Amino acid sequence: MTGPLWVLLLKGAWITVQLMLYSAALAAAVAFGIGLARTSRLWIVRFLSGVYVEFFRGTSALVLMFWLFFALPLLGWQLAGLWAGTLALGLSYGAYGSEVVRGALQSVPAAQREAAVALSFSPWQRLRKVILPQAVPEMMPPFNNLLIELLKGTALASLLSIGELTFEAKLARLSTGESAQVYGIILVMYFVIAFVVTRVMRLLERRAKASVGQASLAGGGHR
Amino acid sequence: MSADSSLSKVTVNPAVDGSELIRFDKVTKRFGANTVLDALDFTVSSGKHVTLIGPSGSGKTTILRLLMTLARPDEGTIRVGGEYLTHEERGGRLVPAGEKHVREVRKNIGMVFQQFNLFPNMKVMRNITEAPVHVLGLSADEAEERARGLLELVGLTEHADKFPTQLSGGQQQRVAIARALAMRPQVLLLDEVTSALDPELVAGVLDVLRDIARTTDITMLCVTHEMNFARDISDDVLMFDAGRVIESGPPEKIFNDPDQERTRQFLSAVL
Repeated sequence: MTGPLWVLLLKGAWITVQLMLYSAALAAAVAFGIGLARTSRLWIVRFLSGVYVEFFRGTSALVLMFWLFFALPLLGWQLAGLWAGTLALGLSYGAYGSEVVRGALQSVPAAQREAAVALSFSPWQRLRKVILPQAVPEMMPPFNNLLIELLKGTALASLLSIGELTFEAKLARLSTGESAQVYGIILVMYFVIAFVVTRVMRLLERRAKASVGQASLAGGGHR
Repeated sequence: MSADSSLSKVTVNPAVDGSELIRFDKVTKRFGANTVLDALDFTVSSGKHVTLIGPSGSGKTTILRLLMTLARPDEGTIRVGGEYLTHEERGGRLVPAGEKHVREVRKNIGMVFQQFNLFPNMKVMRNITEAPVHVLGLSADEAEERARGLLELVGLTEHADKFPTQLSGGQQQRVAIARALAMRPQVLLLDEVTSALDPELVAGVLDVLRDIARTTDITMLCVTHEMNFARDISDDVLMFDAGRVIESGPPEKIFNDPDQERTRQFLSAVL
């Protein structure tokens, strides 16, 4: 492989990272919004958020991406490839993430809510001060899994001719004919990105746990 | 622990005149087909310490949960300080109360739970100050001063900076008592507060509650299986069975010479 091809792959990796970060930000917003809505006291809110989850979990992210990129223009909106990819991945993975949020909220003992009621906290205060701080550490390991799934899902965007890692690898392969080498390299590149994501998520998990007194940061207890 | 000196800083509620503070009117509560409270009537006067005794499942804890609005009555009304708790009067009719009304009346009531239920994400100090600051609107300094007085009262001054998980059960329960008192409620509900504790930790918690009962004029409603404690602190004891009060009176009467055979049976089983 020559220098220019390396530049091509590194540029692709950078687009992949961007696509992952934008999609993850959207997915996180959707996950919290829908996850909270699913625990609402109003049945209509629970129902509509349930419909969202079933729809986006049950449809293919790839088809959704195609629809946003190729069908939406027929209705008058032309999205840039990166944004079609972000939207499709964010909405789909947000649906998975909302189940993580819901599960974590429900894992906080009912007694904690009752204690907060007994102190006359408003529903919003109960959520923000008592429930979420305890639920968030529970969300971290499954969020890490989803984020890595999402990273690998970004390869779908190559089919929209977005210049991310897999797309650039195809170009590199076409120009060199070195399939084994090129795909070998990007396998490792995906692995490295995933590894970094995992380390960062572990760090966030440890922090979140320390903040609720569950575990201590490496190197000593908190007193 | 010198209760008197520390309590001068934590005077609980001054408005006590022996008048009626809590009133249950024909309160019925069912869980499915099971009627836990059956058209229950009773009143508690301001400043009194009332203990609810009776077999498991007789509805004692349900009374506390109704007062704390953790459950709603199916029929009947509850009044606290003359205000309807779960209803409001609108156009001369009683309608189920909105969240805001409930929260307003509820501010007069504090509760200590069997399982302590401290917030594990907050250190001891913040467990106590969070609601006074964010619900009552105290400044952080005022709330902290109040909390320090209460921590002194429950004998845990040096633990203010710990997380609840770093404390023993007995210590956690004393923090929970301080947390409830920091809201300066008129009524303190105590739901089997020593049942989850190792035997050697029970005395410390009961001592704190005895101090509070003796030196403050807070109204206490207490569900307990600690009969000696009930005898010590109670002005009145209510004996429950099958969702009704079958007998009530001063502790000397109930414990020494009950009228009802059912009370006699229950007491001989637990004493």
